[in-house]
Amino acid sequence: MAASSDRNPPPFPATEEPGAGPSDMADGDSDEGEDIFSNPVAVSRGVSQPDRVNEEPPDLFSEEEEASSTPAKSNGVHSDEDNDLFAEAHVELSTDKPGSSDRKELSSSSGLRPASSFTQSPAAMQPTSLEQLEEDEAKDSFDVDVAVTNPEKVGDGMNAYVAYKVSTRTSLPMFRSKAFTVRRRYSDFLGLYEKLSVKQSLLGCIIPPPPEKSVVGMTKVKVGMDDPSSVEFVERRRAALERYLQRVVSHPSLLQDPDVREFLEREELPRAVSTQALSGAGFLKMINKASDAVNKMTIKMNESDTWFEDKFQEVENEEQQLRKLHALVDSLVNHRKELCGNTAVFAKSMAMLGNSEDNTALSRALSQLAEVEDKMEQLHQEQAASDFFIFEELLADYIRLLGAMRGCFDQRMRAWQRWQEAQSTLQKKREAEAKLLWANKPDKLQQAKDEITEWEARVTQYERDFDRVGMTVRKEVLRFEKEKAKDFKSQIIKYLEAMLQSQQRLIKFWEAFLPEAKAIA
Amino acid sequence: MFHEVGGGGGGGGGGGGGGGVTDLTVRQGANQSAEEGASWLYTFIIGVVGLFVDLPPTMTSSIDESSKEKMRSVSVDLNHDASLLIDIPDALCERDKVKFTVHTKTTLSSFQKPEFSVPRQHEDFIWLHDTLVETEDYAGLIIPPAPPKPDFESPREKMHKLGEGEATMTKDEYTKMKQELEAEYLAVFKKTVQVHEVFLQRLSSHPTLSKDRNFQIFLEYDQDLSVRRKNAKEMFGGFFKNMVKSADEVLISGIKEVDDFFEQEKTFLLDYYSKIKDSTAKAEKMTRAHKNIADDYIHVSATLNSLSADDSTANKKHLEKLADLFEKLRKVEGRVASDQELKLTELLRYYMRDIQAAKDLLYRRARALADYENSNKALDKARLKSKDIPQAEEHQQHCLQKFDKLSESGKKELTSFKGRRVVAFRKNLIEMAELEIKHAKNNVTLLQGCIDQLKNN
Repeated sequence: MAASSDRNPPPFPATEEPGAGPSDMADGDSDEGEDIFSNPVAVSRGVSQPDRVNEEPPDLFSEEEEASSTPAKSNGVHSDEDNDLFAEAHVELSTDKPGSSDRKELSSSSGLRPASSFTQSPAAMQPTSLEQLEEDEAKDSFDVDVAVTNPEKVGDGMNAYVAYKVSTRTSLPMFRSKAFTVRRRYSDFLGLYEKLSVKQSLLGCIIPPPPEKSVVGMTKVKVGMDDPSSVEFVERRRAALERYLQRVVSHPSLLQDPDVREFLEREELPRAVSTQALSGAGFLKMINKASDAVNKMTIKMNESDTWFEDKFQEVENEEQQLRKLHALVDSLVNHRKELCGNTAVFAKSMAMLGNSEDNTALSRALSQLAEVEDKMEQLHQEQAASDFFIFEELLADYIRLLGAMRGCFDQRMRAWQRWQEAQSTLQKKREAEAKLLWANKPDKLQQAKDEITEWEARVTQYERDFDRVGMTVRKEVLRFEKEKAKDFKSQIIKYLEAMLQSQQRLIKFWEAFLPEAKAIA
Repeated sequence: MFHEVGGGGGGGGGGGGGGGVTDLTVRQGANQSAEEGASWLYTFIIGVVGLFVDLPPTMTSSIDESSKEKMRSVSVDLNHDASLLIDIPDALCERDKVKFTVHTKTTLSSFQKPEFSVPRQHEDFIWLHDTLVETEDYAGLIIPPAPPKPDFESPREKMHKLGEGEATMTKDEYTKMKQELEAEYLAVFKKTVQVHEVFLQRLSSHPTLSKDRNFQIFLEYDQDLSVRRKNAKEMFGGFFKNMVKSADEVLISGIKEVDDFFEQEKTFLLDYYSKIKDSTAKAEKMTRAHKNIADDYIHVSATLNSLSADDSTANKKHLEKLADLFEKLRKVEGRVASDQELKLTELLRYYMRDIQAAKDLLYRRARALADYENSNKALDKARLKSKDIPQAEEHQQHCLQKFDKLSESGKKELTSFKGRRVVAFRKNLIEMAELEIKHAKNNVTLLQGCIDQLKNN
């Protein structure tokens, strides 16, 4: 729906952007306080906002808008929106969810609101409405809940593998039932990723990557699952797979994908065989190949893409910093494990000293001290696990995700490349036609004309594709950023709460020891 | 009589800094509050910075700069007797050498002046210790262990590494690491002053040792002692070492012990010594691991800050808060490490040395016993040969007297040593537990604050 053509939001190539995020603002808003929403804006919530589409195009890209709408921020009193704008929003949302909420189809249901109700460019956006939409989105994403549990070793020797229980609970009608469980192995997860990558990344989606393959880790497990490092490895993988699935199902487009449904529901999955390419190294290679292709491009993209350039740079920097942080946290984990070991050793030594001590009260106190130190060792152990499983893994996840995001950007570049190449081919065809005209060869002329028509169509198609990918990428990035902020916040809180509890227990231990020390005489 | 303050009564890690993390630093007069002490010391850190040793050229303070650091006495307990009060109020550090200012206040007429100060080096203390050990008359006493040599090796090395790695970290990170190192230098410095001071104070509180002539010279003589030191070395040079070696053999070769008390003590001390030595080493490792974690926190905080600075999303504030928290946590962690060092590790270390001194007493007594037994044999031989009997008898009497004297004073010394040890352990264990609780409560407050901030955002 090209209704937006008369409204050209400043930074975007003014192509027919399918009316994306219906602006809830749009709804009640246009009449509502001009004072509040000086620039009525369509909220781009790539979420399943869908049919409330308004021909407000590009507010998909709330980023732009946020920047420009800071003055409006002060107006954005949450409560206003609550009452008026979003009353309807909820209704629409719930009916929307199943099925058609695919972003790409937004255009179809637009036209609900006459474009005329908006007199201004949708460029500016109301940040507060975003928050409201975030809440709505949050509601949506909990319609599907997945868990990965019960790792079990199946088989023996080098052919053994670990099977995980994948449980889903959902209220969505698209699934066969409300709760179901299947058993999956690691290669199944990889297989899912591959299928999704092939399909979705072409469109510019950020596909969450699963945890990397690890030959060393798995071999140890195959040999025997008992030692602490194997146990840790399996637990680490289980948690990572769970997070991977959770990210997949909370992504509205991916959730619609039949492969995802199949993965969650189907009893027996055909064995995924071509997962070689998706080992950690293979994955990286894929990304790097794309980057290389991009680097080899000689034609520079035009400047209307500063958003993309800037974002890409940001992403690269962030990835670098995250890697650095990851290494530091790893060092922290190791030092804590060291402390753990040293404390245990010290505790034993202290116990021996207590035994040697001939003053009874002091002897008892020293033994108590040894016990306290033993408990401290336990605390340090738990803290190290927390450091690792919560903090370090969070960073690892996002390093992978940022890599996926980079892949996304590269997809867009490829799309651009394709378009450019088509354009140059078209040019050549036209030149060929001209030559033919001049050389007066009417028979070949028709063919040339046909080819030109064909290529013209292609050019148009590729251009459309490019724009669409661009839009999707933008949406994805924004969604990703929000998810990331939420994710970090909740994980950090979890990490700190664990640390807090640990310190509280520490206090108890020492408080229990104090009277013993005072009793020395 | 002896109120030993184990590893030093105060001096919780240097670099006090930030919010409310004050602790038992130094206390002298009643008016000296811990806070004052901490902040006062802190202002000297700046001056003290360059003075310790090689700083990378990029640091502003020159290597030759030396500044005085005023220190107050940390072991009040020992300095009871107004007739002879000793403390080390000042110490100066140049490169490797530490110059202590030994300050004496006395009412005793044996001294020339009622109050005076002299500069002394570590080697002077060692000289004093060795001469005391060599003095026959003191064979029945536990000679307070010599203070260990000031050792700035560890922080110096770290400072070097820091200088080399400067380019890889942010300015902020570098500054913080430097601060930590400065605090470490300061802690080492404080410890060494403390341990030298305690040595002197133990001497001054001992009824016999305080009257020692060499001790007096040490306190009073306003010239350089290095001449005397050289003479002493020539005389006693290898003797001490030999004594230690043979002493072990004597004890271990199982001289038949006549007294149950000493038999028990021997067993106890030998066993305890090896255990406490082990514990000391393990405690040191524990402390080091704590310090590593505190350092890690610095780096984590700095990187989080970088991430946050470049972040333009809602995540920015989360990262900022976390960075801030880690910075605060690392200060607490640093204090935990240094308090543990002082209260636990130093305690163990000091008593390890003290037990060695007690063992030395046992060795001497064992040697005296061996001498006595030999003299008996010699007397028997003389009686057999009817030759030189009176000398042999005299010699035997002499040995017996010596042995009895040693045994008597030894018993007293060892008994009071026990009491001293128990008191010191009690004090330090209580203080350590209290500090651990305090720091953990601090952590809890910090963590809760950050969690609340994040949740309310």
